[in-house]
Amino acid sequence: MTLHGTGFIVLALALVFCAAFPMGAYLARLYRGQLRFLSVIEAPIYRICGIDPERQMGWAGYAVGLLLLSLIHFLLLYAILRLQYYLPFNPEHIRGMSPKLAFNTAASFTTNTNWQAYAPESQISYGAQMFGLAVHNFLSAAAGIAAAGALMRAFAGSGVRTLGNFYVDLVRITLYLLLPVALLAAVFLLASGVPMTLAPYAHVHTLAGGIQTIARGPVALQEAIKELGTNGGGFFNANSAHPFENPTGWTNLLEIWLILVIGFALPIAFGHMVGRKRDGIALFSVMALILVCGMLGAYAAESANNPILVHAGMAAQPGNMVGKEVRFGIAQSTTFNVAATGTSTGAVDSFTDSYLPLGGLVPLFMMQLGEIAPGGVGSGLYGIVLFALLAVFVAGLMVGRTPEYLGKKIEARDMKLAMLAILVQTLFILAGAGFSLLTKSGQASLANAGPHGLSEMLYAWTSGTENNGSAFAGLSANTMLLDYGIGLAMLFGRFAVMIPVLAIAGSLGAKPRLAHSEGTFPTDGPLFVGLLTGVIIILVGLQFMPADLLGPIAEHYMLLAGKTF
Amino acid sequence: MLRELRPAFSVVVLFSLLLGLVVPLAFTGFAQLVFPFQANGSLIRLHGQSVGSALIGQNFRGKEWFHGRPSALTVTNAKGQTVPAPYDAAESGASNLGPTSKALVSHVTARIAAYRKAYGPGPVPDDAVTSSGSGLDPDISLENALRQAPAIAAARKVPLSVVEQLIRRLATAPVLGVVGTAHVNVLRLNLELAEGHAA
Repeated sequence: MTLHGTGFIVLALALVFCAAFPMGAYLARLYRGQLRFLSVIEAPIYRICGIDPERQMGWAGYAVGLLLLSLIHFLLLYAILRLQYYLPFNPEHIRGMSPKLAFNTAASFTTNTNWQAYAPESQISYGAQMFGLAVHNFLSAAAGIAAAGALMRAFAGSGVRTLGNFYVDLVRITLYLLLPVALLAAVFLLASGVPMTLAPYAHVHTLAGGIQTIARGPVALQEAIKELGTNGGGFFNANSAHPFENPTGWTNLLEIWLILVIGFALPIAFGHMVGRKRDGIALFSVMALILVCGMLGAYAAESANNPILVHAGMAAQPGNMVGKEVRFGIAQSTTFNVAATGTSTGAVDSFTDSYLPLGGLVPLFMMQLGEIAPGGVGSGLYGIVLFALLAVFVAGLMVGRTPEYLGKKIEARDMKLAMLAILVQTLFILAGAGFSLLTKSGQASLANAGPHGLSEMLYAWTSGTENNGSAFAGLSANTMLLDYGIGLAMLFGRFAVMIPVLAIAGSLGAKPRLAHSEGTFPTDGPLFVGLLTGVIIILVGLQFMPADLLGPIAEHYMLLAGKTF
Repeated sequence: MLRELRPAFSVVVLFSLLLGLVVPLAFTGFAQLVFPFQANGSLIRLHGQSVGSALIGQNFRGKEWFHGRPSALTVTNAKGQTVPAPYDAAESGASNLGPTSKALVSHVTARIAAYRKAYGPGPVPDDAVTSSGSGLDPDISLENALRQAPAIAAARKVPLSVVEQLIRRLATAPVLGVVGTAHVNVLRLNLELAEGHAA
């Protein structure tokens, strides 16, 4: 580790944190419907789509809208991927996807996961990238932010039966937040060298003599929304390690900023919405604390370098460069990957499969935490609120009082729904990875032997279920078992969390907001920050420690002992 | 349910048209007008012919060139065998070999031996013997470039100081010491060599 490397982490986070506060205030105004400067564009959209912007939806109506939109969009993407050969903007004549791969990819982009079981350069046309994947990048992100907003309204209201209008939220989030920020970022990326063209792949005569085919395409805009919406699906196979997705240190810094900024703005918006800014800052602090530890931990682990290779004669400094790019070095690579796994962004600027065991453990653990540091856009906020409910519940047990959070009594039904949302993910991760490893097909997918193979499979199911999308990319993921298995895990990991969250929102919204009393457990100070962090780490540790011990941690000690597979 | 179908369906179709066609096509038009070089892949021309992209590495062999990093890319040939295709920019990707992989250790050990044979004994820079994330990494570290310089100077029969000067001139430094890294672009180095600017 160097001072400069640590300095990069400080700089990146400072830029995110500074922007998160004004953006949070802006988001709160957006949720409240106080932003109107684009109403000339909004009005015709509502008219064409048959949306009544005045209509308010209960939690079930909100959920139905969200599910229906996701289903229709899922089917559309499935059709596009199957038929892309016949659709416009396909200069490379790329064939349609197989049913299993199209199912997996459609599930992946509908759920904001962006798991890539395909190699885009040879398997996705420009048209499918633009008209299929990029649109999902906007709408799945907007759907997550909308669901978080519905939950905030439930806490903000007292005895309310409605949570807002899903379609209006979706349209406003896209128009007022995602599109303008993505366009600005895309201009910066473009100016830095990210291509934006519909021309076919370039063929150049190299200096050394020979022809090099260079894949390109309409990348810049998709790259921007891919990070901002915490989606992460690369235009190219190498994702943000590809020089055309992430050409310089500056673009790397911008992409980290895009990945994190909405995630950190949401707890601030929450504080504004419920009229208790300090409570929002408490959630923000827990997110920041965990993320900082993850970033420093991964950087330290990767700076250590591989002892076997150093023994063979490689320089010990700067650290483990396998699967990393020279323009990013160690700190800027690990910071990107931890940002991407602390959120639900499947993007990588370096390949985690080749990280040292402890370096790879950090991104894995960041996902297992449920992606709440700061988490995917929307899903991070409602994820951490679920943990907050659990934390006040634990505190309530200790003092023997009915738990309250932000003036809402948390009762048995709310706790059951919260636990359902938390446990459904664990079930898919552990059962899915365990089952896959018992099958011949699952074992054949592994690229590495020994404990690293276990890590690959564990990482894949974690990434799918948590809707992250990053991978220990050696794994051959385009198989019957993994395409359908992880495809289902992504759908359950998304909707079996979102629906209980909306149900909780419905239940809490209907309850009266109680005034703060002497006996109320304070949820806006350091005590709560410590309690919540502790609850998250202990709960996740209990669930995943055995698996993590058998994978990355066992591998760490074998590496130190010089054992190879 | 039916009442919900129309808005859900319409939003998907309308936003697909707006965000999937109108906006990206308009932005492509803007990009081609304002940043045509970057928008088309930063292609470098020499004597009227594209010789590569400033951002994409190439597979250089022979003592008279600077060499980029190992690239893990492969293709499947007509016989169905997987064969190396370093810097094949029609694809991208990493080796994905884990730290305790026997294959990783044997690859890196072989590269260390080859590097020392070509550029003399001494510490071997990490980036020279490890494959990159993209398989297309255009850059190498300054240590790596400076270690290669004597062999290139000898092969091209130019003074070492001239080659070292070239490296320093093209080197990129991290901004504020933290954003980016100290490195140099291999294609740009070799272009200067090819054009004889180093002589």
